[in-house]
Amino acid sequence: MHPIAELLNVEVDYPRGRALGPFDFALAAGEIVALVGPSGCGKSTALRLLAGLEAPTRGTVRRASGRGETSVVFQAPTLMPWASALDNVALPLELAGAPRQAARAQAVEALTRVKLEGAEAAKPAQLSGGMAMRVSLARALVTNPKLLLLDEPFAALDEITRRTLAEDVHHLWTQTRPAIVFVTHNVEEAAYMASRVLVMTQGPGRDAGQTLIEAPIPRPSGFRTTAAFREAAEKISTDLEHAMAPA
Amino acid sequence: MKRLVSIAAPILLIAVLLGAWEAACRLYAIPSFILPPPSAVAIAARDNLGLLTSSAWNTLRIAIVAWIAASLIAGSIALAVSLHWVLENAVRPLAVILQATPIVAIAPLVNIWAGLDHPERGVIALAVVVAFFPIFSGTLSGLKSSDPDLERLFDLYGASRVQRLIRLRLPSAVPFMLEGHKVAAGLALVGTVVAEFVAGSGGAQGLAWRILEAEHRLQTAKMLAALLVLAVMAVVLYAGLQLAEQGILRRWRGR
Repeated sequence: MHPIAELLNVEVDYPRGRALGPFDFALAAGEIVALVGPSGCGKSTALRLLAGLEAPTRGTVRRASGRGETSVVFQAPTLMPWASALDNVALPLELAGAPRQAARAQAVEALTRVKLEGAEAAKPAQLSGGMAMRVSLARALVTNPKLLLLDEPFAALDEITRRTLAEDVHHLWTQTRPAIVFVTHNVEEAAYMASRVLVMTQGPGRDAGQTLIEAPIPRPSGFRTTAAFREAAEKISTDLEHAMAPA
Repeated sequence: MKRLVSIAAPILLIAVLLGAWEAACRLYAIPSFILPPPSAVAIAARDNLGLLTSSAWNTLRIAIVAWIAASLIAGSIALAVSLHWVLENAVRPLAVILQATPIVAIAPLVNIWAGLDHPERGVIALAVVVAFFPIFSGTLSGLKSSDPDLERLFDLYGASRVQRLIRLRLPSAVPFMLEGHKVAAGLALVGTVVAEFVAGSGGAQGLAWRILEAEHRLQTAKMLAALLVLAVMAVVLYAGLQLAEQGILRRWRGR
């Protein structure tokens, strides 16, 4: 199967030094991959390359998905504070030239998918952190993307909200099966969310080991207490320790 | 309780100061053309209330016209300049020079250029000059204040320049523009009064002219009464704009 997005031997240099690479990465359609690594390892840079928001200094980025087929969710909800939840979610469609009525109808549907029916008129300041993140997810899903990029989306939320949202993302994934790349600091979250976890080294980021997690998605209940989960989490932790050891 | 104290404290201080002033005038028998007691100022204000309020209205009217003109001029220049960094680099130093030059120093020139036949126009032009910078600067900063991640989303969704301006940058600029307009309104009033002073008797019949007129006649109490009206007008203007700003911001962010 052709990968939906691919980074081939990419390197990214910033004025203050190299941020990423050399780094290779391929993502199959419908796959959920977590990128785990220490701060400043270039995880977010890799994500921006996949989104096409940045170009590599060297190497090649191949994207099978075009404009409008890739969505990004940032660490902060990144909503327009002056606009209602509905207007925020309708934004990608309206920017793409969809008629207002159609865009709003799809936005209502996307808000329902993230369990926010009734919150259409609320402005971001009136929403809790978890609800604002759901609006952000709805905005990312409203275009039915083939590739969904999540940049530490739950980092600012409490543990309960994180777990609920992780399950919700899985449930949403079953509806349209987009490929998901997910950046996180959290080993357990990575093992729970992803079917493949890639650990990156201290910057400049390189591949420091991968772990496959075979259990079905959405995860069966009690998955966090299974041996499979613990083994995966331990393997990721070990990779991470190696990745952070000074070279 | 705390709220009550915070309202009462300044009133009490003013009362004490006025009392001390009144007592000092009587105790030392200060001539009233040098320092009239507050009671004399109050009487002067009452006797000249019609004249002073109509003069105050003249001043306020000109300040409002200047404020609106400055808003249109500074707002559109800031908008144009925000579209390209070369334009911004070209215009910003000029705007700073304009802001840094004392208004009193350029007033005579502006009066010659704009005000010889129409003194009111000279006064308006000067007030526009003073009110220009906060609106220009606020609008320009606001247009560049949008969330970088939102800018990335607009990149991702292929937004056009016009879409980016209307749907992201202008709404992001609203709080900055409100602040700029609030500051500019106070400055427009100051600018109008200064310009009236420089224009002298040729100027519109504003408050500054009342002060000059009273000075020439050594009616010190009337001068102070005119100042009092000016201060009250400035405070009411500021409070009104503060309320308007809060109201608009509440609507803007939904609470």
